[in-house]
Formats: sequence, C-alpha cells, structure tokens
Amino acid sequence: MALIKLKKGFDLNLKGQIKQENVADEVTATSYAIIPDDFTGLTPRMEKKPGEHVAAGEPLYHDKNDEKVKVTSPVSGIVKDVVRGERRKIMAVVVTPDGSNDNKRFDTKATPKELLLESGLWAMIRQRPYDIVPSSEVRPRDIFITAFDSAPLAPQLKLVMGDNEKHVAKAVEVLSTMTSGKVYLGCPKDYTIDNTGAEVNTFVGPHPAGNAGVQVANVKPVNKGEVVWTLDVVTAARIGKLFNTGTVDYSTTVALTGSGFIEPTYVKATMGCSLESLLNGRLVSDDKDKRIIAGNVLTGVKESIDGYLHAPYRHITVINEINKKDEFMGWASLSPKKYSIYRVFTSWLMGRHKEVDLDAKLNGGERAIVMSGEYDRMLPMDIYSEFLIKAIIAFDIDKMEQLGIYEVAPEDFALAEFADTSKLELQRIVREGLDKMRAEMC
Amino acid sequence: MKFLRQFMDKIKPHFHEGGKLSKLESVYDGMETFLFTPNTTSRSGVHIHDSNDMKRTMITVVVALVPCLLMAMYNIGFQHFRAIGVADASFWQMFLFGLLALLPVIVVSYVVGLGIEFIGAQIHHKEIQEGFLVTGILIPLIVPINTPLWMTAVATAFAVIFAKEIFGGTGMNIFNVALITRAFLFFAYPSKMSGDSAFVKIDSAFGYGGGNVADGFTGATPLGEVATNFENFSTSAMDAFIGLIPGSPGETSMIAILIGAAILLITGIASWRVMLSVFAGGLAMGALAHAFACDTYPASMLDPITQVCLGGFAFAAVFMATDPVTGARTKIGQYIYGFLIGVFAILIRVYNGGYPEGAMLAVLLMNAFAPLIDYCVVQVNINRRAKRAKVQ
Repeated sequence: MALIKLKKGFDLNLKGQIKQENVADEVTATSYAIIPDDFTGLTPRMEKKPGEHVAAGEPLYHDKNDEKVKVTSPVSGIVKDVVRGERRKIMAVVVTPDGSNDNKRFDTKATPKELLLESGLWAMIRQRPYDIVPSSEVRPRDIFITAFDSAPLAPQLKLVMGDNEKHVAKAVEVLSTMTSGKVYLGCPKDYTIDNTGAEVNTFVGPHPAGNAGVQVANVKPVNKGEVVWTLDVVTAARIGKLFNTGTVDYSTTVALTGSGFIEPTYVKATMGCSLESLLNGRLVSDDKDKRIIAGNVLTGVKESIDGYLHAPYRHITVINEINKKDEFMGWASLSPKKYSIYRVFTSWLMGRHKEVDLDAKLNGGERAIVMSGEYDRMLPMDIYSEFLIKAIIAFDIDKMEQLGIYEVAPEDFALAEFADTSKLELQRIVREGLDKMRAEMC
Repeated sequence: MKFLRQFMDKIKPHFHEGGKLSKLESVYDGMETFLFTPNTTSRSGVHIHDSNDMKRTMITVVVALVPCLLMAMYNIGFQHFRAIGVADASFWQMFLFGLLALLPVIVVSYVVGLGIEFIGAQIHHKEIQEGFLVTGILIPLIVPINTPLWMTAVATAFAVIFAKEIFGGTGMNIFNVALITRAFLFFAYPSKMSGDSAFVKIDSAFGYGGGNVADGFTGATPLGEVATNFENFSTSAMDAFIGLIPGSPGETSMIAILIGAAILLITGIASWRVMLSVFAGGLAMGALAHAFACDTYPASMLDPITQVCLGGFAFAAVFMATDPVTGARTKIGQYIYGFLIGVFAILIRVYNGGYPEGAMLAVLLMNAFAPLIDYCVVQVNINRRAKRAKVQ
C-alpha cells in the first residue's frame, strides 16, 4: 500500500452539497433508457426491435465492429422506442418496465470474459488509450479500480455501493485472471476496502485525484502499445455480484446535488431512470432557468427534464443557467461575488474554498492560448498539457504520441477547461484528438 | 444600465449582415462585450467557468502599469522645468505638463493599434482580441517623449501588422509587439531615439510650458552619460530608484515599476520565475562585468545594483519579459529564458559601445529563442516517456 500525494488540481466548493447521508426510497420510473453516446467507441447495432420484451441483463444492442461487446437493459420490460437523430444515429433506446421483474440468469461457470461480455458489464469498463469501451480481443496490462469520485459535489461511492461493497473482493479475484499484471485499487484518505486482494494506493489531494487517468499516471503510466482498463468501484461491485449471484444488478444510489435542489439528497434508483421521476418535486421552482446535468458540473452531460440518468453517472447536478443577466462591465467588477480561482478578482480575499453558487455562463469569449501554465496547474500528471493540446489542435500524430496522448482522457482536462482564461473547449479537443488518433491507428 | 442595454439592442440589427453598418460588426461586438459580459453559456464540456477571462487579465496588466504612467507624467514635467531652468514649478504644474505631453502619444498608439485590430477582426470575422489594451499603453511608456507622433504611428502600425496580425493575432505572435514598435523606431530613426535631445521635452505641450534650455543642461540619460562622459556621472542608485532622471517615460522610476510588479505577482498574472531570473541574470552579469571593470567599457564601472536600477532593465524585466505569449512557457524554460534576458541586457549595455541600453534587444533576442528553450524542456519529457516505454 502506497500513499500518493498530489498537489495539483483544485477542490471547488459548490453550493448544493448533500448534508446528510440518508438515502431516500427507491424511485420507480415509467421509462428507462440507454444512451449509446455514453459508451464511447461502440457503434450500436440493435438486437431488440421496438415492441419486443427484454429481460434485465439481456442485450439491447451490440457493437457493430466487435459483436461480442454488448449493452444490456437495466430493467425488464418492453423496448418502447429507438430514438434516432441525424443520419439515423441511435440517440437512445427506451425501455418501459412491464412489471415482469424478469432478471436474466447467467451461468457463473462460464469464463470471466464471456460472462462480462454477455452481461453487459464489459461495456461499463474503459480502456486507456483512447478512453473507450475495451475491445474484446485485448488483454490489459493492468486494471485500475478507483474507489472515489473527487469531482465537485460528487457522491461518496461507498454510499452508492451500499451493501454491495462485499462483492468487490470477488470482482478483484475475477479481474486479476484477466490481466497479466495487477489489479490496483485507488482509495481516498478516509476510506479503504480491505482484503480485496488488490494492490491498494491511497491518494491524497484535490480533484482530479479521483480520476482513473490521474491514478494510473501516478502509479504506472500507460506507454505506447499498452492497454490498461479503468473502472470505478461501483462497477467492480456489480461485477462481483454477477459472479456471486448470477444476475446483473443495475440498481444504484443517485446523488441529487446543486443549488437547484430544495434539499440535496441521495436517492435509490436504477441506471437509465427517467429524470422526470427522479427530479419530480425536488427542484427549487423559481423563474430562473435551470441547467440539468447528468453527472457532475465538470464532465457531465447537459440534459432536459425529459432526459435520462446516463449509465456512467450516479449523479445529477442542477445549477442556474444564468445567475445575473447582462452584467455591466463584468471584467471591471470589484464585487467579491465574482468567483475565480485566480487572484484577479476580489473574491480570493474571501477565500477560494468558500461555498459558491456558479452558473453555466462562459464568462468571456474564446481566445488563443495566452496565459502559460494554467492547464498544468490542474493536471497532476507528468504531461505538458498545453503542448499536448496544441499538438492535438494541429493534429500532429507524432507529437501527440510523444507528449502522452495515450495517458489522458477528456475528463482529465475538465478542471483545466474550467480554469482556462481562453475559454477553450479542452474536453472536446481531447475527445476529437483521441477519436482521430484511433481512426488513424486502427 | 437598462437604458444602455436597450440602446445596444436597438442598434444591433444595423451591424448584422445586410445592415447598413455591417462593415463595423466586430466593432459593435467589441463594444457590446466591453459593456456587458456576454450571456453565452457553455455548450460542450464543463458547465461552469471561472470568472477570469482575457479582458480581466489584460486590464489587470494595464492597472499594474498605472503607477509607471503617473510617474512618467510627473517626471516628464519635472525634467522639462528643470531643463528650462524654472525652479519653482509646482507638483501639479509638472504633472499637467507631463499629462499634456504624454496624452497625444497614448491616443496615437491606441487609435492606430486598435484601428488595425478592428479591421483585422472584421476581415477574419472574429471577435476583437484584447491584447492591444496592454501594448497600447506600453508603447507610450517606452518611446522617448520627443519622438514625433507620426513616427510613433508608423512604428505602431508596422508592429501590429508585421509582428502580430500576420502571425494570427493575439496569442500567436513571436515577438513582443511593443518592443517591435520601439525597435522599429530605434533602427529606422536612430537620431530621434538616442542622444541628449531625445528624452527631455523642451517644447511646449499644447502651448503649455516651453522655453529655452538653461545653461549647463544636457538632457542625457544616466546610461548615456556613462557611455560618453563617465567622469561627470553622478546618478546614484537612489536617484534611479525614485526615478526623477531623464529616460523613456515609463522606465525611470524603480518605485513605480516595483508597485506594478507587486500587482502582477499578487494577481499571479506574470510569472515570478521570469521576473526573478531576469534580475538574477542582470545582477550576475553586472557583478561579473564589475569584477573585470576597465576604462574601455565605462558601464562596467557601475556596481550591479545601480546597473539594474538604471535604464529600461527593470521595466523590461517586469513588463516585457513576462509577456506569456512571447516568452518561455514551461517552468524550467522560464528560469533559463529570464536569466538569459538579464545576462544579455547587461552584456549589450556594457560591451557594445553602439547601444547604451540592451534591455530591449535582449528581450527580443530571447523572444526568438523562447520556443527553442521550451522545445528542449519538453523534449526531456518526451525522452523520459520514450525511455519508459522501451524499458518495459
């Protein structure tokens, strides 16, 4: 067990923190959905047609290029709709529960790989490089499980897992047969899961210490030609439970946070649950427009009230779209209410870790990169992030490789994107860079 | 501010494509974002953003330059009345004279520079960038006060077009735009840029002040004196610290520069690594030159402290070397970059008889080398990564 201290990064203290650890009763929704965009790297080909019955854990679709990789239904019911967007791209697969509580049973005697692929839990794992769902052909060098989420307002994964924590050891046992290296578990300072058989590393420091990529980079970085898998402990617990009981359990605990809630709280729900049922009656109702985010404020996806809880997240954040419209000469403001992590506004005199209510405003226009070192301050990796971003923008494959693109995921740049004076869309740039790189390499 | 908002909304359609004033779209856009923080919210990626943007960053630098600007105005008046032998001019008379003398230069610099920026933004259909806010105030502070306004205008235009716009605008330039302005003047009109008559304004400013040079007054800068007339050199480090000596408007007062430096360092806008290492380099080279002092190079007689207090050294260290766009961007690179600026500035000053001051040339020279320094620093990281991959 090693203690790894990280200095770079920043813990934003946003308004809307959950005050107590009680978990509200399970929310049952009238519709659930899987959003294919959440499974980066997969191109969906439907296995079920609208109107067909599907059991919980039964495949809804598989990957066009790697048929063994499947995405399964979180609940049993009828496939109601396959929502398509431009060029017939599948935007969502909606399932309405029919009350059959039909849980697909898996043969736990099957090989771990088959069972993971068949159950759909494979699709919950990510691989570096490229931050995509792993290919079924590749054996990873190591597997990294992160036991905490350090993002602003993020839920405690311990609470999200609840009783299922006991299955983590089984998951480690299974996963260690699938790698030639080790299974690592990255824990926060105040919480460890003992006796799992994994190599435990404790991470101390601000966000993004909980990011899988940051943990990999500080334990054993990914080199060219290597593949590692990353997953969080909630997925690990699901894997363990699958091998212990033979069923996939997509139930979860969701953190409802942010200034838009009357009372931020944890609530029991199932993956893919419709947001309307989750948020019903919990939002502060005033004239201000709200931004509903599936996930946290840094990496989450903007959703409407008609949206769904995205598969990778157990977190909904609701913030104001705009706190103050038409702010007069905001750049000259001396008001301590203008929050900044830099000392250019008076707010730093009040403390940069004071609770703040931030809105979705861009607070400026997009510019060329001017200030130096801003990204590096937010990324605890041995990477010259600004040079990497420039290499990606120029699409210089050699430089991208040399500067460590295989080690990063868009989420690692989220905090830098928040702090960027030039307001560049760093996560989009990195995602496009990774996609183009993968297209080039495969 | 509702009235203003309504007014802006009312005239907005004229500036859009097809409107009568569509050629001025980016000017309108610039004005609108200047007056009101845009209401745009994030589309992709993070949902929250820091309040700091380029406008705030640039305006903070301008605020840091205000002490130098005020001191420059006072000193221009002070030197003027000293030169014409008026002993009883009051503080406000001196300040007023300085204000009247400097204001036209500021106006010319902004009008020419921003004008070109506006045209550039309109051609490329981009938002107006804020970079020139800082450059526009730096130029009057580093151009000798007696430079004819048309020369300043030509030099500013040259610098903005050829040192910035053709590279892609703010954030893309290789050389510091304000220093290119000065370098252009320095090489195109050398007679106006050095010597005894460049730095002290004798004529009246808008009819105010003016007179004949008093007996025995030379108007030479301390460094000019060192180079030509070392026996009579009498400026102490303390004089340079306070700043009531002839020189380019912004560079004379260490006190004003240090206040500016404090603002830049406290707000974190400027890199302390660069600033510190420029002074370290200057002191080191100054000490070395002083240790081998000889008559051939009179500037080597100066002790290192006086050396860095005189001329444009401190101003360049605080406001020019720390320009993040043209400087080194890696942390280690910033130490090297800053140190070499300090060394070269003193090296040129002491051992090159043609140029009594080397700060400008040192910064421009290192601007050219900054990408190379960064390249080497980043290459170390690249090699480490490559090695790591091979070992396994």
